[in-house]
Amino acid sequence: MRSDLAKKLSTLREAGTIVLLLAVVLAAWTKDHHFLEAKNLNSILLWIPLLAVVGMGQMLVILTRGIDVSVGSTMGLAGIIVGMLFRDHAGLNVFVGAGIGLAIGAVLGAFNGGLIAWLKIPPIIATLGTLSAYRGLVFIVSKGDQVASNDIPDALVNWTMNGPIKVGGVTVSWLLVWAVVASIITAYLLKQTRTGRDIFSIGSNPDAAMLRGIPVRKVTFIVYTICGAFAGLAGVLYASRYGFVNPGSAGTGFELIVIAAVVIGGTNVFGGSGTVPGVLLGCLLLGTINVALAVLGIDETWQKLVYGLVILVALILDSGVKKWLGKLSEVGS
Amino acid sequence: MRSWWWNVSLQDYAHTVNSAEPIVSARGIRMAFAGVEVLKGVDIDLFPGEVHGLIGENGAGKSTLGKLIAGIYRPTAGTISIGGVARSLGSPRQAMELGVALIHQEPLTFPDLDVAENIFVGRQPTKGMKRVDWAAMRTRAGELLSSLGVALDPKAKVSGLSVADQQMVELAAALSQDAKVLILDETTASLTPKEVAELFVIVRKLRDQGCAIAFVSHRLDEIFQICDRITVLRDGDKVGERLPSECGVPDIIRMMVGRELASERFTPAEHSQGKVMLELKGLCQGKIFSDVSFNVRKGEIVGMAGLVGAGRTDVARAIFGITHKTGGAVFIDGVEVNARNPQDAMKHGFALVPEDRQHHGLLMPISICENACLAVLRGMTKTALIDRKAIRARSQEYVGKLRIALRDVDQSVRDLSGGNQQKVVLSKWLMTEPKVLILDEPTRGVDVGAKAEVHRLMRELADGGLAILMISSDLQEVLTVSERILVLREGRLVRTFEPGEATQETIMLAATGQEAHAL
Repeated sequence: MRSDLAKKLSTLREAGTIVLLLAVVLAAWTKDHHFLEAKNLNSILLWIPLLAVVGMGQMLVILTRGIDVSVGSTMGLAGIIVGMLFRDHAGLNVFVGAGIGLAIGAVLGAFNGGLIAWLKIPPIIATLGTLSAYRGLVFIVSKGDQVASNDIPDALVNWTMNGPIKVGGVTVSWLLVWAVVASIITAYLLKQTRTGRDIFSIGSNPDAAMLRGIPVRKVTFIVYTICGAFAGLAGVLYASRYGFVNPGSAGTGFELIVIAAVVIGGTNVFGGSGTVPGVLLGCLLLGTINVALAVLGIDETWQKLVYGLVILVALILDSGVKKWLGKLSEVGS
Repeated sequence: MRSWWWNVSLQDYAHTVNSAEPIVSARGIRMAFAGVEVLKGVDIDLFPGEVHGLIGENGAGKSTLGKLIAGIYRPTAGTISIGGVARSLGSPRQAMELGVALIHQEPLTFPDLDVAENIFVGRQPTKGMKRVDWAAMRTRAGELLSSLGVALDPKAKVSGLSVADQQMVELAAALSQDAKVLILDETTASLTPKEVAELFVIVRKLRDQGCAIAFVSHRLDEIFQICDRITVLRDGDKVGERLPSECGVPDIIRMMVGRELASERFTPAEHSQGKVMLELKGLCQGKIFSDVSFNVRKGEIVGMAGLVGAGRTDVARAIFGITHKTGGAVFIDGVEVNARNPQDAMKHGFALVPEDRQHHGLLMPISICENACLAVLRGMTKTALIDRKAIRARSQEYVGKLRIALRDVDQSVRDLSGGNQQKVVLSKWLMTEPKVLILDEPTRGVDVGAKAEVHRLMRELADGGLAILMISSDLQEVLTVSERILVLREGRLVRTFEPGEATQETIMLAATGQEAHAL
């Protein structure tokens, strides 16, 4: 009986995101009836992949009651190294490049994981440190030079420009395919493997997880490693999406947008619950808002403010729902 | 008078007589926390097919003993043998692998996961490619639960379950790992009588299947209902082991409280006849406590006894405005007050020294004088800034009055001993110049010498005109310090002893609801 209630409420939370999404679409459409045309839909669809790929890793981390604010710098570092490899080794296969980006990210993530799982440094502190350190490495490795657009191979740019499905001027890009692959892997991990289930149990009750013999450290380490790997892959996708990699801007500030997408997608900031479709919905909402802001003629400088407000609204809704649930169960008992 | 426990037939523990080898055998167990010894060399055996009750007052060491056997703590001395082999248990996981499981009072479950996964967490059944086999897991969970006779949906989320149901989930988890030894640590404390009865049906069933069960409790009636053997602990010592057939409730109570008399009494020769300062009329709070009426006079110390969970602290919190009453009235000095929050209560002349110094009484990292003046900081400013000189002077005054042993009022309060920390908390509240002082377990974790000092101080404060209400689980303390003694049981005021009327036994009988079996 009560579990039905809880289920209804959790769908209600995602329903809230959908309502918010529809409201944004409606507002933009009222202003400009051409909002839902191919050009804008393509922009939205191109906004999602980077967010979703990094978001999957971030969700795993948040499920364990952690946070990784270094993902933007990880993206930048993997992006700049792989970009330089493309520049210096013409003819390097793009999939090999993606694999290298993934591996670099995994190493950076593993370092975070080591700090948090074994040295017991609080996640926010550890990753705040590496946020700065990894960005520093970006400048050192690149000597401050950006990888220019003519150094990015056409095969990589093709991931953004083309894709397997084209319906009326709307392209489902290869970037989006990467995002779908990352989402499927994450969903499989979470639902079908013991490690995935351990992630939920650690976030749901860390003390109990320890007492019940869950390998908390190992799982924590794995989670940050995966998070880094996805961010590293996203660095390569960034090069494809924007056609260049600038050491100062590649991935800078991206961590906040990613965390926003994950939380808006219904992942509990205190760990233990969250879903892949929810996070994808969060990415879709932020992508749509971004494009809608342009359509509504709102200056780009306002974007951060709007993101911030959306995060706050989502969190307030979240805690409101929880209070309400608490009251209901009190009445019920 | 016929008592219900006589009805327990001999066959019920016939199986204990022939049980040969104990599964768990602990010898000379000692345990100390931060230098305070809570177990002082205790022996215990748990036999298959037997429910072994561990009983004692609050702080006797019974829960600690259970936790040692379950590997949650490591004893400072002594050996624990499981299955005839001495073990060095390092973790609950290791104990579980040897078949020992502990069921907690507050279940350690995963609220976001469903019932089946809570049972199999970390050991989910898998099929090809190591995929979690959800169908098999739910089927097996269903089978386990129905073998226990529990009607729970394996797919239900645990966050919505009652405490009793969550305990069943923990029990099922233990059994899914072939637990042979179950330690029930105050498991019944948050259950309704009906839930307790249901739990006992299951406990008997498991016992008959050959499990060794340790039942940790301070509820005498339950001990006699379910146990085949009773071990009584007092202040970390094993006082004795009895078969329920050979003893009665009064014997056990005598063993629990001991015989020694209070060495020093702080009660005045004459009963205070001062004006009534605090009066409660029919105070209620939902299901937590109801119809609590009493008064405390100027210059009087009233003790409030009862078991943990009887609602004593809840009454204090409601008076002080931390929680809200649902009925009745509180009067201070004849005027009805309705404290909405602690600030409000302080304005009306209440002060509450909470039970938990570490969390509610003191800010550990900051200095003694800042802690002492915390409640009156508002009045100690000079042009909007805190007047540090005044703070130091004021603290110094109370350090003298309360005889706090320290180097310097600027030293961190963390460096003080328990007794002196408690005095800092006390001075914090005395600075608010209260009319009514409520003390919740004023000497918990304080050593014996400092205890007497705190008691002497309380007496002095009362003689100085304060009305004091003291909550304590330490019967000796209650008898030593209080004039009148109130006993709460299950949220009700069940007995008021006039000065000189109470003994440890009579208080215990009232607190456990066994008054019918008078000594």
